[in-house]
Amino acid sequence: MYAQVVESTGKSVKSPEEMSEKERAFQARIDAGEKIEPKDWMPDDYRKTLIRQIGQHAHSEVVGQLPEGNWITRAPTLERKAILLAKVQDEAGHGLYLYCAAETLGVSRDDLTEQLLSGRMKYSSIFNYPTLTWADMGAVGWLVDGAAIMNQVPLQRTSFGPYSRAMIRVCKEESFHQRQGYDIMMKMANGTPAQKAMAQDALNRLWYPSLMMFGPSDKNSVHSAQSMAWKIKIDSNDGLRQRFVDQTVPQAEYLGLTIPDDNLRLDEETGHYEFSQPDWSEFNDVLRGNGPCNTERLNARNKAWNDGAWVRDGLMAHAAKKAAAKIAAE
Amino acid sequence: MKNEWPLWEVFIRGKHGTSHRHFGSLHAPDAEMAIKNARDVYTRRNEGVSIWVVEAEHISASAPSDKGPLYEPSNAKVYRHPSFFDIPDDVGAM
Ligand SMILES: [Fe+2]
Ligand SMILES: [Fe+2]
Repeated sequence: MYAQVVESTGKSVKSPEEMSEKERAFQARIDAGEKIEPKDWMPDDYRKTLIRQIGQHAHSEVVGQLPEGNWITRAPTLERKAILLAKVQDEAGHGLYLYCAAETLGVSRDDLTEQLLSGRMKYSSIFNYPTLTWADMGAVGWLVDGAAIMNQVPLQRTSFGPYSRAMIRVCKEESFHQRQGYDIMMKMANGTPAQKAMAQDALNRLWYPSLMMFGPSDKNSVHSAQSMAWKIKIDSNDGLRQRFVDQTVPQAEYLGLTIPDDNLRLDEETGHYEFSQPDWSEFNDVLRGNGPCNTERLNARNKAWNDGAWVRDGLMAHAAKKAAAKIAAE
Repeated sequence: MKNEWPLWEVFIRGKHGTSHRHFGSLHAPDAEMAIKNARDVYTRRNEGVSIWVVEAEHISASAPSDKGPLYEPSNAKVYRHPSFFDIPDDVGAM
């Protein structure tokens, strides 16, 4: 999802007999629904996996500002501009809540930033696709934030206290994001034929990348099994993807738009839609750095970090000077 | 990247009459900027009427492993709770 491929230790889930006494007590607390807090004892692999997961999630929020930031200066009305600005500002906030949660595990903010900027840590593949028209602002809010909500709502129950609390704050703010996106889609789908065509085109381009957000099928993944036992992953990737399709298809119908999938059909018996999988080789390629915007996104983050260095250093120097003056006066 | 801004813990009073509650943390060069950043990060939707910030390194916390010894003494004093005493219904509200 926002953390699509979190590599854990690669070991399979330990049976109670294989666990040390500490590990058994730890697992029992998780099974009982207790929250693990930063200073509690935890297995090293729990800590490492969580740092990777929360870090990827945070990076996704931050890099996710770029495709939408792209349209702030060109929003069609002042109201739309203010709304988009507020939405993008929220995403910055989401990144900050999550970085703080990761830091409680003993990794520093600068360390996480450095790992993003050097490409050692990933962010969601979805943000490596371009936003070509204003309708993309609608489709991103509707589909991308919609998919994010689907993933983040269950994560409110995750076992790590700071992560859970960050997710609760994030979820409170997400529904505004999806609704403002759908509102744009409604305006465009009910507009001129050219506007409706633009909305359809946005859906065509963003549908499969949105399905990829849930990550590859995790039926046989060792990573997922351990993460689920630790309750840092709640649902399977396929389960969430299905839920997303079931929820989104009727919303597209309401707009009078067509999901770009000839195999899409409702299975009357199960009540679920059958649908085509995204192109997983494309997904892997984007993760490897070869998506349409990977280079642009990382360059933008590096430029922002480097260009901001004098501000960060200047404010620290000013704070040190003020503190020294205060001591001298005492 | 050696010159990292220190970490601050943020406490916010939700509305008048309630106490400040821990909201989260953030990085800032000094207290003044920490309050300004807390305004942007934690009160974008009128969540607060008052903000406290304190540098994280100044907070002392009890150790999780002390849970038993710290709280056991009060666990043992059940008579501190009103339900410990059986008062007949005939006595009326008490
Ligand atoms: Fe977000
Ligand atoms: Fe969002």
